[in-house]
Amino acid sequence: MIVELGHFALILAALVAVVQMIVPMVGAQNGWRGWMAAAEPAATAQFLFVAFSFAALTYAFVTSDFSLRIVVNNSHTLKPLLYKVTGVWGNHEGSMLLWVLILALFGASAAWFGANLPERLRARVLSVQAAIGVAFYAFILLTSNPFDRLAQPPFDGQDLNPLLQDPGLAFHPPFLYLGYVGLSMAFSFAVAALIEGRVDAAWARWVRPWTLAAWLFLTIGIALGSWWAYYELGWGGFWFWDPVENASFMPWLIAAALLHSAIVTEKREALKSWTILLSILAFGFSLIGTFIVRSGVLTSVHAFANDPERGVFILLILAVFMGGALTLYAARAGAMEAKGVFALASRETALVANNVLLAVSAFVVFIGTVWPLVAELAFNRKLSVGPPFFDAAFTPFMVALAMILPIGSAMPWKRARMGRVMRPLWGIMALSVALGALVWTMQTGRSILAPVGAVLAAWLVLGAGMDLWQRAGRGGLSDKARRLRRLPRADWGKAIAHGGFGITIFGIAAMTAWQVEDIRVAEVGEPFRVGPYEITLESVEEVEGPNYVSTMGMMQVTRSGREVATLTPEKRRYPVAQMPTTEAGIDNGVLRDLYLVIGDRQSGGAWAVRSYIKPFANWIWAGAIIMALGGVMSLTDRRYRVAAGAGKAPRRAVPAE
Amino acid sequence: MRRLALALTVALSLALPPVAAIAVQPDEMLEDPALEQRAREISEGLRCLVCRNESIDESNADLARDLRLLVRERLVAGDSNAEVVDFIVDRYGEYVLLRPNARGANLILWTAGPALLILGIGIAVFALRRRPSAAQNDSLSSEEQARLDRLLGK
Repeated sequence: MIVELGHFALILAALVAVVQMIVPMVGAQNGWRGWMAAAEPAATAQFLFVAFSFAALTYAFVTSDFSLRIVVNNSHTLKPLLYKVTGVWGNHEGSMLLWVLILALFGASAAWFGANLPERLRARVLSVQAAIGVAFYAFILLTSNPFDRLAQPPFDGQDLNPLLQDPGLAFHPPFLYLGYVGLSMAFSFAVAALIEGRVDAAWARWVRPWTLAAWLFLTIGIALGSWWAYYELGWGGFWFWDPVENASFMPWLIAAALLHSAIVTEKREALKSWTILLSILAFGFSLIGTFIVRSGVLTSVHAFANDPERGVFILLILAVFMGGALTLYAARAGAMEAKGVFALASRETALVANNVLLAVSAFVVFIGTVWPLVAELAFNRKLSVGPPFFDAAFTPFMVALAMILPIGSAMPWKRARMGRVMRPLWGIMALSVALGALVWTMQTGRSILAPVGAVLAAWLVLGAGMDLWQRAGRGGLSDKARRLRRLPRADWGKAIAHGGFGITIFGIAAMTAWQVEDIRVAEVGEPFRVGPYEITLESVEEVEGPNYVSTMGMMQVTRSGREVATLTPEKRRYPVAQMPTTEAGIDNGVLRDLYLVIGDRQSGGAWAVRSYIKPFANWIWAGAIIMALGGVMSLTDRRYRVAAGAGKAPRRAVPAE
Repeated sequence: MRRLALALTVALSLALPPVAAIAVQPDEMLEDPALEQRAREISEGLRCLVCRNESIDESNADLARDLRLLVRERLVAGDSNAEVVDFIVDRYGEYVLLRPNARGANLILWTAGPALLILGIGIAVFALRRRPSAAQNDSLSSEEQARLDRLLGK
C-alpha cells in the first residue's frame, strides 16, 4: 500500500512540476502576479510529494519488501540496516529518485529563501527548474520505475553489490548528486536571465552561493569516492581517470571556473555573457556525466546500470536543454553589456586566466573521455585512452593554475601595479623554491614530480597565508589579529580553499613519487622488512560477518623494535552476491599510511602479501575537505546571510504566512 | 565486440574462485629487480582486455596475468621496452595501449589541449583588447556634456 502511495506521489509531483513549469512562465511573460506567485507553493508541493515518494521507497528497503523488483535486486534481509537504507540509491532507479528529490529540494529552497529576488526572475527560475524536473520525472516514470512490483516475490533478495556496502561509498552518491543537481540552479538562473535579457550584480550574487554549494558538495562527493577507491580496491590508487570519475570531475572543473567568473560579474559587472555560458555548460556536463554513467556507452568499472533505452532518453534530455539554452544564449548574449572596465594587469584578467585554464582542462578531460567512442565511430579505430594520457595532457594545466593563483589573488580589482603585487610574494616564492630544492636533494635521483609538487604546494599555502596577512593591514600584531578576525568570511574561505588546493597537490605528488611497494610470499610468523618497518604475519583466521565470510590476517608492524600497529587486512566473500572484496589493513598517519593487503594462500601454507608505504596519502583528501570547508566558510559570509541582493533592491516586508 | 568484452568480464568474474586475487602475484615476479621494475612500468601502460578500464598491472583477471607473464618473458628474452609493447600491440591491436599513440586521427586528441589553450588565450586577449576603446567611451557624450553644462549653470 505504502509503495503504491509512493508511486502515486511521484506521479503527482510530476504533474505539479508541469504546472510549475508553465504557469509562472506565462505569468512572467504577461506580468500577471497571481500566476507568477503560483511557483512558490508549487515548488513546495512538488518537494513534499517527491519526499514522500522517496520515504516510501526507503520504507520498502528497510522492511525488505521483496515484492519490489529493485529491493530484490539490491537488498537482503541479513544486510545491516545502514546499507538497507543506502541501498535505496545504490541502484539505477532509486538513485534517479534521489536525483529528482534533490532537484525538487533545490527548487523549493529557491522558493523559500528567494523572497528578495525580483518577482519575475524568481518565477522564471522556478519554471526552468520545474522543466528540468519534468524531464527527469518522465525519465523515471517511463523507463526506470523504482516502484515496479513482482508478480511472485522471492523469499529473499540478491543483496547489494558488496563494493557498495561501505560507508565511503554509501554517502558518495548523495553528495555527488547534491553537486550535479545543484548546478541545475545556476542553469535555471542563467536561462531565466537570458529570457529576461538582463544580468547584473544582484543576479551574480544569487548564482554564486548556489554554485558554491554545488561545487563544495561535488568536492566532498569526489573526495569520498576517491578515498573509497583507495582503501577498498586493494592497491591504494586514488584516481583512475575512469570515464565515470571524469563524469564527476568535468562539472567540478567547470563549476570552479563559474565560481570565479561569477565573482567578476558580481563585483565588477564584467564577463557577464561568459558567466552565463559557464552556468549552462556546468549543468550540461552534469547531464553528460549522467548520460555516461547511466548508458554505459563508455565501458567502465562503475557502470552498474546500462540500458540503451535509458541512454537515448538522457541524450534527448541533454539535447533539449543544452540545445535550447545555447540557442537562447546565441540570440541574447549580445545584450549582456559589460559595465566594468579593467586594465590588462588586474584581478579581472587573473580570473580570466583562471577560467581559461579550468575550462580548457575540463575540455581536455572531455575529449580524452569520449575519444574512444569518436575514434571508433569516425575513424574505425578501437583504442583506449587511459591514465597515461590524462596525466600527460591534464597535469600541465593544474601546474599553470597553481603557479598563477597566489599572484592573481593578490592583485587588486581594475588596475594592478605588478611591482606592488609581487613585493610581498617574492619572499614566499623564494621560500617555496628553496623547499623544493631541499626535497630535490633529499631524494636525489628520483622523479621530478615530488619537488615540483612541494614547490607548488608551499607556494599556494604560503600565498594563501600572505593574502590574509596583507588583508590584515599595517600595525602591530594585536591590530592585525583583530582585523583578521573581522575579515569577511569570504576572504577566509578563499584563503582556506586555495590552501587546501595546495595540500591536495602535495599529497598527490608525494604519494605518486615516494610510494614504496613490496609484494611477497609471507610465511606465518616470519618477519619481513619494508622500508623502515618490520612486518609479521601473525596468523590468518576465518571470520564470519553479518552477510559475508572473511579471511582475516593479523599483521604486526614494528619499527626498530617498537610496535607501530596491528593491522587486519581481509578478503571477504559475499555468498549471496557471489562476489569477493578486499579490505586493506591501513594504519593512517599524518606523514604516511601503511597499507597491507592479504592475497591467496600459497602451497606450503604461506600467504601472498602486498605491503605499501604511502607517504602523505591522507593529504589528498584532507586538502579536498579543506577546500570544501573554504566553500562553507564563504557560504556563511554575512552578505549572504543578510540576504542576497538586499543592497540593490529595497527590502520588502515579508508577509506573515 | 564491447558487448562481448562485457559478457566476458561477467563470465570471468563468476568463473573465478570466489576469492579476490591480488594483481601481481609473487610467483610472477622476476628475480632481477631492474627488469621487474621495467615490467611493472610496461604493465601500467597496457590495458587488461577483458576488464573495464584497468591496466594489466592492476587487474585480477586471468588474461591480465597471461599478459604480465608474456611481458616478462619478452623482457627476459632481451627485448627493449618499446619492442615488448610493439609485440603486444601486434597481437592485440592498439586497444591495449592506455596511452594512445600520436598517429593519424589521434593527433587531434593530443593537440586538442594546447590548441584549445591557444584559442582560449586568443579569445581572451581579443576581448580584453577591445576594452580600452570601451574605456574611452567613458567620457561624456556631447548631449550629456550639454546637460552637465546646463546643470552647472555654464
